[in-house]
Amino acid sequence: MSRPRRTDFRPKNANIAKKSRISRKRQLPKKPRERRNLEPQRSVSGAQDPFPGPAPVPVEVARKFRRIDKSKKLPHSKSKTRSRLEVAEAEEEEISIKAARSELLLAEEPGFLEGEDGEDTAKIRQADIVEAVDIASAAKHFDLNLRQFGPYRLNYSPTGRHLAFGGRRGHVATLDWVTKRLMCEINVMEAVRDIRFLHSEALLAVAQNRWLHIYDNQGIELHCIRRCDRVTRLEFLPFHFLLATASETGFLTYLDVSVGKIMAALNARAGRLDVMTKNPYNAVIHLGHSNGTVSLWSPAMKEPLAKILCHRGGVRAVAVDSTGTYMATSGLDHQLKIFDLRGTFQPLGARTLPQGAGHLAFSQRGLLAAGMGDVVNIWAGQGKASPPSLEQPYLTHRLSGHVHGLHFCPFEDVLGVGHNGGITSMLVPGAAEPNFDGLESNPYRSQKQRQEWEVKALLEKVPAELICLDPRALAEVDVISLEQEKKERIERLGYDPEAKAPFQPKPKQKGRSSTASLVKRKRKVMDEEHRDKVRQSLEQQPQKQEKKAKPLRARPSALDRFVR
Amino acid sequence: MNVVQAAESLLALSQQEELEDLSKDDPLSPSEDEGDIDGERKHKKLLEAISSLDGKNRRKLAERSEASLKVSEFNVTSEGSGEKLVLSDLLGPVKTSSSLAAVKKQLNRVKSKKTVELPLNKEEVERARTPLEQEVFNLLHKNKQPVTDPLLTPVEKASLKAMSLEEAKMHRAELQRARALQSYYEARARREKKIKSKKYHKVLKKGRVRKALKEFEKLRKVNPTVALEELEKIEKARMMERMSLKHQNSGKWAKSKAIMAKYDLEARQAMQEQLARNKELTQKLQAASDSEEEEEGAEEEGELVPDAVNEIQMDANGPNPWMLRNHSRGTKEIKVQDPEQLPEPVAHEASENEEEDRPGAEEEILLNEFEERRSLRKKSGLSQEAKLVSRQEPKDSSSQEVLSELRALSQKLNQENQQSGKQNVSSVRTVLAVQREEPTEAEEEPLLLQRPERAHTMEKLEELGKEGCFQNKEVPRPVGEGQQSERNPDNQPGAPKEKKRKEQMIDLQNLLTTKSSSVKSLAVPMTVEELEDEEERDQKQMIKEAFAGDDVIRDFLKEKREAVEASKPKDVDLTLPGWGEWGGMGLKPSAKKRRRFLIKTPEGPPRKDKNLPNVIINEKRNVHAAAHQVRVLPYPFTHHRQFERTIQTPIGSTWNTQRAFQKLTTPKVVTKPGHIIKPIKAEDVGYRSSSRSDLSVVQRNPKQLSIRHKKHLKKNSVD
Repeated sequence: MSRPRRTDFRPKNANIAKKSRISRKRQLPKKPRERRNLEPQRSVSGAQDPFPGPAPVPVEVARKFRRIDKSKKLPHSKSKTRSRLEVAEAEEEEISIKAARSELLLAEEPGFLEGEDGEDTAKIRQADIVEAVDIASAAKHFDLNLRQFGPYRLNYSPTGRHLAFGGRRGHVATLDWVTKRLMCEINVMEAVRDIRFLHSEALLAVAQNRWLHIYDNQGIELHCIRRCDRVTRLEFLPFHFLLATASETGFLTYLDVSVGKIMAALNARAGRLDVMTKNPYNAVIHLGHSNGTVSLWSPAMKEPLAKILCHRGGVRAVAVDSTGTYMATSGLDHQLKIFDLRGTFQPLGARTLPQGAGHLAFSQRGLLAAGMGDVVNIWAGQGKASPPSLEQPYLTHRLSGHVHGLHFCPFEDVLGVGHNGGITSMLVPGAAEPNFDGLESNPYRSQKQRQEWEVKALLEKVPAELICLDPRALAEVDVISLEQEKKERIERLGYDPEAKAPFQPKPKQKGRSSTASLVKRKRKVMDEEHRDKVRQSLEQQPQKQEKKAKPLRARPSALDRFVR
Repeated sequence: MNVVQAAESLLALSQQEELEDLSKDDPLSPSEDEGDIDGERKHKKLLEAISSLDGKNRRKLAERSEASLKVSEFNVTSEGSGEKLVLSDLLGPVKTSSSLAAVKKQLNRVKSKKTVELPLNKEEVERARTPLEQEVFNLLHKNKQPVTDPLLTPVEKASLKAMSLEEAKMHRAELQRARALQSYYEARARREKKIKSKKYHKVLKKGRVRKALKEFEKLRKVNPTVALEELEKIEKARMMERMSLKHQNSGKWAKSKAIMAKYDLEARQAMQEQLARNKELTQKLQAASDSEEEEEGAEEEGELVPDAVNEIQMDANGPNPWMLRNHSRGTKEIKVQDPEQLPEPVAHEASENEEEDRPGAEEEILLNEFEERRSLRKKSGLSQEAKLVSRQEPKDSSSQEVLSELRALSQKLNQENQQSGKQNVSSVRTVLAVQREEPTEAEEEPLLLQRPERAHTMEKLEELGKEGCFQNKEVPRPVGEGQQSERNPDNQPGAPKEKKRKEQMIDLQNLLTTKSSSVKSLAVPMTVEELEDEEERDQKQMIKEAFAGDDVIRDFLKEKREAVEASKPKDVDLTLPGWGEWGGMGLKPSAKKRRRFLIKTPEGPPRKDKNLPNVIINEKRNVHAAAHQVRVLPYPFTHHRQFERTIQTPIGSTWNTQRAFQKLTTPKVVTKPGHIIKPIKAEDVGYRSSSRSDLSVVQRNPKQLSIRHKKHLKKNSVD
């Protein structure tokens, strides 16, 4: 799901403009373009193109878009196969260069917050930031005082333009939060446990006390899904059009919102489910359990894909970052941990918090927000793809009530916090992706554009059964079936059609085809093959020896066993 | 010439001798008869030399044996004359000449000197010079040990003389027989040792134990002192067993059982039995302290020994419970002995060194124990004093040897408390007042012999320990059981399992509690809340936290184990009960048959979570997703990885730039709409050359298309 973003040339907003303290990052001096050796072509007017030829592309940018892992060795291939492979590799390279070149069009840069020498950014208050930024950005910081209807859960639409929130005492509202235009406001007269936009801002799923309800953007109830009862948490998988619901009864239910069918209802066998998040990279649902484990689910499997023991106490909150690399969990043992999701599921960092985090959220650029009581802490990582370092908070903010919901707004440097006293929209510089994909999630799209997009998205809907831990598994051959079919074929035919035929010497004229010479020729071929084999094995031997030698050098001492 | 040469050689010889004499310069003189023998020899030599003078005439003349006055003129012997033939007589000319006077004088001088013989005489050797040597010689002489000839002592010589040939033969035969028997026995033992049947060994061991028990019982009736020795041995064996911790859960068998115990009831039972055995073995033998005597003694003791003394003991020993127990026992003994002890003189104490005290005391304790039990069993209605008397009698008669041996055995034990030791000494003295002198001498022997004897007994005891472990049951241990169990908390049946799991758990625990540095937050969350709703929630939270289970890890490990078990490939059992053997209810096919028809599935690849203790990864195949995967390799590819490489790049517009997407999806042939495409004619295929170009076909990438491709295009389209 990582894709190059097509650029829309509308004014961008997410960046926080600068004052003395908060300053825009200095533009990197552009590398002077290399002059080509080609002779500058003269135009009719006699003017010379100072930069002839295509623009050069930095290698590291192009590498980002590479798909073929050339480190993996291929078995020896024939010339025909080799040519096909070469064509594929050349194509891939060309495409990656094209994608890298289009990076140029991503003009916007992420915002940031930088303290003066030795100043802790966590000490900068929201008021300071608001004071420093431009008016448009300052308008994004606001508080909604809604003390009447209890703690709020909130959700931003995928484009980041709309905000929906639901209070525990039944208050549900959606609004275009940028313009502050209220779209609808209703009271469902029932406890609202969670609220979530579906694929567009036109549809809204609300987990109410008994059943799951779906409303449109005018507050009209479209559906009441009774098969999803006592839902505590909602997640929407936009590419699969699946609404995942976790219920008090311990069921994880997948509802296909495009056809209104329940795709899977999985029993987690772990009691009440009230901690859920999605992995945006592979659409796997993460559930936190009271026994300290986090389980990973796919609708295609009845059992969890993986189970990770994260905490000694129960798990209170889980969040996965947008690249699907890191997972943050907080438990009843007051710990906050970051796990690596790339195969090993090992903790990368841990931190004990004074009160333990009840809510966690990752921003698009990897900032981690944690709601602890009435305080929100935000941690930032060192680089782009690094996990948030838990040493020093990036920002902290105290609210007027206990945090009940956290959500980073996509494409805006804003963190929405739902709490007892209503909704707070915080400014978090550098949280969001500055460049949006105009065809994918355009915050400024018209109704017509939205409809067009909807059709396209529905046509591109990914089947639910394709959800698995590695989303690229689809580009792999089903080896087991392949082997099975091959075996069956051999059985059917009675011989292996792909087996190499033994060498049969051609008959020759003039008595040269005597039995002795035939045998000799056969022998020759056999010997040649044998020599090839020996040569190959000899070539492999030094490699093996090297392999062997390495561990010898770093031979562990007997005392190493005590090292943990 | 000949004569002259011989004479010269003789001269040289004598001169050499003289020189040697001079160099020796030894004042020692040989004995008379020795000198005579020497003279004779010399004489013979001389005669020979003279006889050899006349060259060829070597005929030996018969010697005359009887005296006769007749002397032949050819044969001159000096026998009859009684005179010695002297060299000088021969050397000298018939008429003395003045020129030889110097030589003669020299010869005389030589003669006057006494020759020294080598090796020196025995007496000379025997002379002890240093005081140490003198001492050694003294000792050797006293013991009639051979000093100079170290091969045989006079006793041995006598015995050699005493043994006749027949006797020697018999003795040798006996020895041979003994050796053969030994080798047979060894071979048998080796063979028996090799027997692997556990049952056999169990039965054997039980039999041995029973036998030993019976013998012990018999011995106790017949010879109480020896029985006492046995008892000591048993105790020692128990100690050894305890030290080796053979019945703890550390053995191979125990470990395997511990694993199985979870699932197998029998294994669990066996394990519990084992633990019970361990407990039993680790229990220390107890004196029969429930007798009335000791209670009395305790009262007396309170008067006799001041509290301060006991306190000191405690301090010296520290918290070691074993030592503590020993002391208490020691003091108990004192109590028993006290009435007798008081009148006895204490003079011996001072002379005795501390080392002897303890063993004596211990021995005393054991003796007392034994005697007490015996007396109790007899239920004699005798008074206490009478008992004491009876107790003392066997000691006097036989306990001395036992004592010395025991002392040797336990000499190495630490002497911690001197007070109690001294008191013990006094008690011992009372008993052994008569035999005082003997032990002091006997003491030296054990010192020399200590090592081998000790080792020997140890070996024996080890042997015994295996057999006689049941005998401990016999010994009453009325008190202190609670103490014992406290000391060995490992005896709990659950202990082995816990221990084993810990190994695994530590890792996980570390994992879960890594680097828990607390955050330094600027805004500490406020805990004070106005809303009662919030308070309620906080309370709930706190309760939850309080009950957050510690058994999380155990549960998880269990779950993982189950998952691993479930994912393992199952073996296929094709046995048909009743085939080739008797059928019917409750009949199981034989193990051999089952083994034969069991098809073992090969082990699959290692699990992905093999090295990840905190993760369970589902290894099941996602069949639904597999349905979308390619399952047939297209033509030029021979390996799936080759094909995978060509489909790695996505071609959709979602993942590519517009241009790239267009390029990737370009059709190879693009036709103009509305244009007619005619069927192929023969000339198009190449039968007749045609130069007409096809205008309907627009090639997108004419450069890229090969010539063959162009031909192909031409084939397809005709204008």
